[in-house]
Amino acid sequence: MEPSRAHALAVTAAKARLLAMEMVHTAASGHIGGSLSSMDMLTALYFDVMNVDPENPRDPDRDRFVLSKGHCTPALYPILALRGFFPVEQLSMFRRIDGHMSGHPDMVNVPGVDMSTGSLGQGFSAAVGMAIAGKLDHKNYRVYTVLGDGELAEGQIWEAAMSAAKYKLDHLCAIVDVNGLQIDGRTADVMPTEPLDRKFESFGFHVIKLISGNDPAAVSDALHAAATVKDKPTVILAATVKGKGVSFMENNADWHGKAPDDAQYAAAKAELEAGLAELEGN
Amino acid sequence: MGEKIATRVVYGETLVELGAKYPDLIVLDADLSGATKTKDFSKAYPKRFLNMGIAECNMVDVAAGLATCGKKPFASTFAMFAAGRAFEQVRNCVAYPHLNVKVVGSHGGLSVGEDGATHQCCEDFATMRVLPGMTVVCPCDGYEMKQAVQALIDYNGPAYLRLGRLAVETVTEFTPGYRFELGKGAVLRDGGDVTIIAVGMMVQMALKAADQLLAEGISARVIDMHTIKPLDEELVLKAARETGAIVTSEEHNIIGGLGEAVCGYLSGMCPVPVVRHGVEDKFGRSGKAQLVLEAYGLTPDRIAAKAKAALAMKK
Repeated sequence: MEPSRAHALAVTAAKARLLAMEMVHTAASGHIGGSLSSMDMLTALYFDVMNVDPENPRDPDRDRFVLSKGHCTPALYPILALRGFFPVEQLSMFRRIDGHMSGHPDMVNVPGVDMSTGSLGQGFSAAVGMAIAGKLDHKNYRVYTVLGDGELAEGQIWEAAMSAAKYKLDHLCAIVDVNGLQIDGRTADVMPTEPLDRKFESFGFHVIKLISGNDPAAVSDALHAAATVKDKPTVILAATVKGKGVSFMENNADWHGKAPDDAQYAAAKAELEAGLAELEGN
Repeated sequence: MGEKIATRVVYGETLVELGAKYPDLIVLDADLSGATKTKDFSKAYPKRFLNMGIAECNMVDVAAGLATCGKKPFASTFAMFAAGRAFEQVRNCVAYPHLNVKVVGSHGGLSVGEDGATHQCCEDFATMRVLPGMTVVCPCDGYEMKQAVQALIDYNGPAYLRLGRLAVETVTEFTPGYRFELGKGAVLRDGGDVTIIAVGMMVQMALKAADQLLAEGISARVIDMHTIKPLDEELVLKAARETGAIVTSEEHNIIGGLGEAVCGYLSGMCPVPVVRHGVEDKFGRSGKAQLVLEAYGLTPDRIAAKAKAALAMKK
């Protein structure tokens, strides 16, 4: 990817991280850790890869996205807002009784959300259904889904994987946000899911291992590479850092589902603003 | 009474008929297409038939994904797995976003017979009825099933449809004035002393019970309540006011199904005696279907006895 394009994506991701932190702080609730780890892949999807139109969010020919790790609305909602699906100001309604920005993705009330998710292990199957529909209708759209590495312990993930291979869904691409942590601790301790490459290969997937899952340009390149694969679905195993961008949140499972207090928010905001300023100063 | 045919057979036949008219109809199954009778559709429309293997949870959510793209999926398996194993998938990916998925549970109730308790689902009305916005339908015979499938494909929303394993007599087709409408029960026999509100194959038994009661001078109204949700409250209220005593009858646990739906409604509107007839909070067991039904009291005799009990409580 050309440097200016890569830079623009990095700036967008940095802005989205600030919005994520603000919405979780304002709500005093939300899953910030995994949202920060998956922000760069969502940036790549919505700002470089996916064919979507905020003016026509239900366009039948659009690419689809399913956030199977549905708790990461603090990544999805800011990205949708920045992409123009709804005003950024609406993020302040996150998790509020008088708002419509539900804690987990809600396809009925939040523009741009293609599938309601939140209960882990289910979004991948819905993405398979969307991909089968596209194939039946001879449409060219692609379907993307982001899964958590902890989520892969759900048996239904592997049911979905089998069906994606059976129907040769080469227009389906899953990205696993491999941050190595889940709510109770290290994924390797809670329920080991590795070796993911061999597991997905044996389930009939083309596997792309990405060591820089927090580089939106690198994710974007992998997504474009996935689009050239024929007759089998692709999974991108994206190594990421949970809490990416905020030093005291990085690689710390305690920040899976916790909101920062005022002092922590100020510190996190300062770090994220400094990161953005550095990018924009380049 | 007409010929005997299982509602699942008519389900399969009707899907094939509708396949030509509805290009968006997609039928999914989980390795039970011979039993659910979707195999006929798989032969007629192989591209629109998705055999998802023994993986019901994935099947239901794939159906949800299809529905977001404008398809009309009918996801079929045994009632136990559709409304039991995949309950949370139905809840979160079908009912919550109110998607146009038809969840179809065959072999509902004790009449599964020989396979025994693990496969005799007497809880599906309860798990499906409790979901907001869910429509729950269980036709009593083949004639009604055909119209139910037609109505459900035209209904844009989530619904659960229960099919039966056994061949049952056709009773609706020959009832004067009968017409099927989702959410509207059908009065198959009028009567003034007591009302039997039945669903599924208990409707046939209710009619036999009404014959027995009539021989004893008791006039029983029989309502075929094919749609458990939304409940036809108007018809239930009318029966309560006009007959003053009610029996509900279902091939389901008396907890959570039609009986509780009727009780729940009437208790706040027109409290009259309601006696619930069904499976009395027990698991099923193996045996010839007819013998299992008899062992659990799912018989016309028992319905008639319950009707007399309701009458005795009438003020």
